[in-house]
Amino acid sequence: MLPLPDWARPFRPDWVTLVAIYWAMATPRLFGMAFAWIVGLILDVSQGTLLGQHALGLVLITYIITLQYQRIRIAPLGQQALIVTALLILKQTIVLWANGLVNRLPEHPLIFYAPCLFGLFLWPWIFIILRDIRRRFSIT
Amino acid sequence: MESLFQRSAGYNLKLAFLCILSITLMTVDHRFNHLRFIRSLLSDAIYPIEYLVNVPSTVMDTVAENAKTQTMLRHQVERLQSENQAFKVQQQRMDMLIAENKRLRQLLGSAERLQHQVLIAELLSIDLDPFRQQVRVNKGTSSGVYIGQPVIDASGIMGQITEVSSLSSMALLISDPSHAIPVELVRNGLRSIAEGTGQSDQLSLLYLPQNADVRVGDRIISSGLGGIFPRGYPVAVIHEIQYPPAQPFAMVYARPTALLDRSREVLLIAVQKKLSAAETESPEKTRLAPKVDAVD
Repeated sequence: MLPLPDWARPFRPDWVTLVAIYWAMATPRLFGMAFAWIVGLILDVSQGTLLGQHALGLVLITYIITLQYQRIRIAPLGQQALIVTALLILKQTIVLWANGLVNRLPEHPLIFYAPCLFGLFLWPWIFIILRDIRRRFSIT
Repeated sequence: MESLFQRSAGYNLKLAFLCILSITLMTVDHRFNHLRFIRSLLSDAIYPIEYLVNVPSTVMDTVAENAKTQTMLRHQVERLQSENQAFKVQQQRMDMLIAENKRLRQLLGSAERLQHQVLIAELLSIDLDPFRQQVRVNKGTSSGVYIGQPVIDASGIMGQITEVSSLSSMALLISDPSHAIPVELVRNGLRSIAEGTGQSDQLSLLYLPQNADVRVGDRIISSGLGGIFPRGYPVAVIHEIQYPPAQPFAMVYARPTALLDRSREVLLIAVQKKLSAAETESPEKTRLAPKVDAVD
């Protein structure tokens, strides 16, 4: 939500999704699909997008993670980052589709995927920071 | 203790349910207005978060204000005084012109122009969907903001309010691709529609024939025909005209005079005339109606 200069705006990483992915992976019993849906809805309201598009994307991602979290969790950090990027791309595609259906397509759809790339580089940091937080407060 | 490899069929059901719910929400939100209430409720709920996000930049502003030196302040005061002087001189001429205008209107027997009340609001510096041109302002229904209310800054029209909650509201800028504003040229009164392009420094003027009398540098003001924007506020200045062969209309681009991406303070104009029909219909029209492309 932090304001950025104009040129950097399309490249803003998708913080909410990254953090949501971590919690869905680390604590699948706490952060389930219903929770993801509510987070997505709040994201929609705060960004002024169509109600439900981020929610749909987040629910799908969380679903995949809930099925596969045991595998993703033990993967090395680099591989994990790749998986996360794939999930981010999936979510961006859903948001893009929803935008396309209501004629709000951005001019350069490719720039739309830029945040996913940033997610690739940010994931290790997010993972480490959030893991430390989780251990400090021993949330399982 | 749950088993490690438990895989319940409940997940699939839940996924299907939530997906259908999301898609229904999207459809309803797109087609109808029933969700406006829920949306405004939710945005009231997250207002504290938005306020918190806004705090760092407010604090920075305050610190910067406090850190100004005496000389800087003195310069500022001098500048403001000279500006004020200039404005006073202009005001004297304006008073005379207003009186004259009133008299002429009485002679013509036409209705008096309405006075507009303004409400000053501040932008909440929150980053929204980067692919839509919109801003959030810190005034809502509790200050009398209504949907369709025009938003201007010191130098021109910025946009209109599209969503209100009790403490904040969302304004769609004139540069959003789904926004169009009826305008006219100052020089010859030629009417057109200025549509957003998705870039904050460009509008495109629709339906101007190839032989229309348009020049680079022409100023555009709102024509007031749509019933939302009052007449006569500056909108943009034409900066590029192209004449594509084999097309009936010229491609005219204009740069908004309002500082769409820089203004921190905006003015909300309350149009006193009650536009009951326009108030409920028109903002939706500009927001939702698929834009009409130039015939090609």
